[in-house]
Amino acid sequence: MSNVAIRNLSIQLGGNTVIESLDLDVKAGEFVVLLGPSGCGKSTLLHSIAGLIDSSGGQIEISGEDMTWADPKDRGIALVFQSYALYPTMNVERNMSFGLRINGTPKHEIGRRVARAADMLQLGPLLKRKPASLSGGQRQRVAIGRAIVREAEVMLFDEPLSNLDTKLRTELRRELKQLHRQLGATMIYVTHDQVEAMTLAQRIAVMKAGVVQQFDTPENIYNRPANLFVASFLGSPGMNLFRGWLEERAGRIEFRNEHLCLDVMHYPFKLPVSPGQQCVLGVRPECIETGRGDGSDKLLYAHVSLVEAMGAHRVLWMDFFGTQIAGIVQDQQSVEVDHPVAFTIRTQRISLFDADTEQRL
Amino acid sequence: MLPLTEETDEAPRASADGVRSAAVSDTANGVRAAPVGTPLAVSALRSARSPARRSLAWTPARLGVYGFLLTAALFFLLPLYVMLVTSLKPMEEIHLGTLFALPLHATFEPWRQAWQSACTGLECNGIRAGFWNSVAIVVPSTVLSILVGAVNGYALSFWRPRGAGLLFGILMLGAFIPAQVMIYPLVRALAFIHLFSSLPGIVLIHTVFGMPVMTLLFRNYYASLPMELFKAARIDGGGFWRIFVELMLPMSTPVIVVAAIMQITGIWNDFLLGLVFADADHLPMTVQLNNIINTTTGERLYNVNMAATILTSMVPLTLYFISGRWFVRGIASGAVKG
Repeated sequence: MSNVAIRNLSIQLGGNTVIESLDLDVKAGEFVVLLGPSGCGKSTLLHSIAGLIDSSGGQIEISGEDMTWADPKDRGIALVFQSYALYPTMNVERNMSFGLRINGTPKHEIGRRVARAADMLQLGPLLKRKPASLSGGQRQRVAIGRAIVREAEVMLFDEPLSNLDTKLRTELRRELKQLHRQLGATMIYVTHDQVEAMTLAQRIAVMKAGVVQQFDTPENIYNRPANLFVASFLGSPGMNLFRGWLEERAGRIEFRNEHLCLDVMHYPFKLPVSPGQQCVLGVRPECIETGRGDGSDKLLYAHVSLVEAMGAHRVLWMDFFGTQIAGIVQDQQSVEVDHPVAFTIRTQRISLFDADTEQRL
Repeated sequence: MLPLTEETDEAPRASADGVRSAAVSDTANGVRAAPVGTPLAVSALRSARSPARRSLAWTPARLGVYGFLLTAALFFLLPLYVMLVTSLKPMEEIHLGTLFALPLHATFEPWRQAWQSACTGLECNGIRAGFWNSVAIVVPSTVLSILVGAVNGYALSFWRPRGAGLLFGILMLGAFIPAQVMIYPLVRALAFIHLFSSLPGIVLIHTVFGMPVMTLLFRNYYASLPMELFKAARIDGGGFWRIFVELMLPMSTPVIVVAAIMQITGIWNDFLLGLVFADADHLPMTVQLNNIINTTTGERLYNVNMAATILTSMVPLTLYFISGRWFVRGIASGAVKG
């Protein structure tokens, strides 16, 4: 198993700096997801790890060896593309064995590896078919199979599921997770789909404009976002944000604005704060509890403007003094559009950000 | 803009007309065919919206279209008809001056003469030697120029070496300079490497002159393939030649067919380069044809000349009949796009 260490990496494409002095440490056998909006440089980063894009500075180490200028084939990596990139003139078997045949791997070894990959991905009956006669899901399985037969220690995925429909995507996502457990290879996976990121990753690196914003476990990324960008990029519906300031009252710290007053006494501040500091309060929709509550929290009132039924739960859009906020209703509680509703904010999982630096407090 | 012969220019035009007239007749009968292209789909829609217009099939505009098409077809077919008819007549009938009449006593003797015993200068062995010379020139030239073009196009679109754009620009410049300008320097150059006036010499010349268009054709084709395919092959460890031979060439069948048609017809129809660069033993059929027609011993044998001409144009003609569809497809997909 190999670790991947990226040190101070810079990449320029066509005169534009896409990535500037980026550091990233992926442990051996880890499943890391690079998540970010399109154009944030996540695919560029992946392709530079694969050796398809030259870096303009910095270092890429794979299992302790400097691979910054190594040829793609010598890096011990395999890459699965979004567009599958299957060789159209070769059948499934030859597609998977192409790399091995180039290496001069012995015939029986090629046969063994292809059979193993086909077995893992249920490709057995399709081995003699050409890519054109396969469905999208089957093609992506073949592309993954082609990566498996290389028995690479680092497997890279470039948005492999984004061309598939929702049902297939969920299915293949599960298979990928299984595969990671079976193979134990280091996996780096690029996506813009937060559900994929949350479900697959052991750690997620959220990227924006070529900079890693936060690199942490899915739980921490979701519950303790490092800044406003991460907070608002993850979650559907997004985090509710309230602008306000901090006040100290009778030995307690409170978040306040014109319509809201929240005791943040138990909030684990990372940075030193001062009374009167401008900040932004972030509340996940599931932390907004409608109804009377148990009386321990302060009741707030808003106007229901829209109810979205999602099956398992309902999303409640409310008008709170001119700002739209979202809450999630789990039970059969009756909520009606255009009626006022009482709610409380559960303070255990709130986030506070500095209004200027947008960093977590 | 491409150095094509007259015939290569006509083929796509003729079949484009064919498509258009098919569209016209479809709507005339009120048949709504599957929409092949926008004009057809639009006209089908229009006819569906106003059923009253269907009965008025023979509008002046439509008559005009048919009239034009028929005139154009006649204009191009009449010379062929005269050639065919004349080649089948004995000389006595030709002397009567009935140019358009069918032969009274059809004979294949002029064809036999043209093939076996017509005089090209001092020798009287017919045009068959020229036929085999042309084959000997066309086959290696076509294969070589396609190979060179394919490798060039592959390197330019996937490997993108430093200065690829400039290189391609210079190559394209070559396509726009008239061949006549380069003849004398090329004669000197070939003489210097002792290839002037030989079969390898003329093959080399055709390969060089075919290079710009072939490179353009293959470059555009490869540029339309997804880059990720190439990247995947690079990760699989493929080198320059391995990726070319095992991945790109097998995928290039459509463009190879187009390139082969262009090169075969172009080189077969070439007169000037063959005249200048081939030696007396390897003169192509076109040059031999010219010699037959210009060699007169007494009476000018119109029927033999006509037969020899048809024989010479038989190869490109057959090729068009077999592969016209491919040719149009190629023109539409790759050659013009750049």
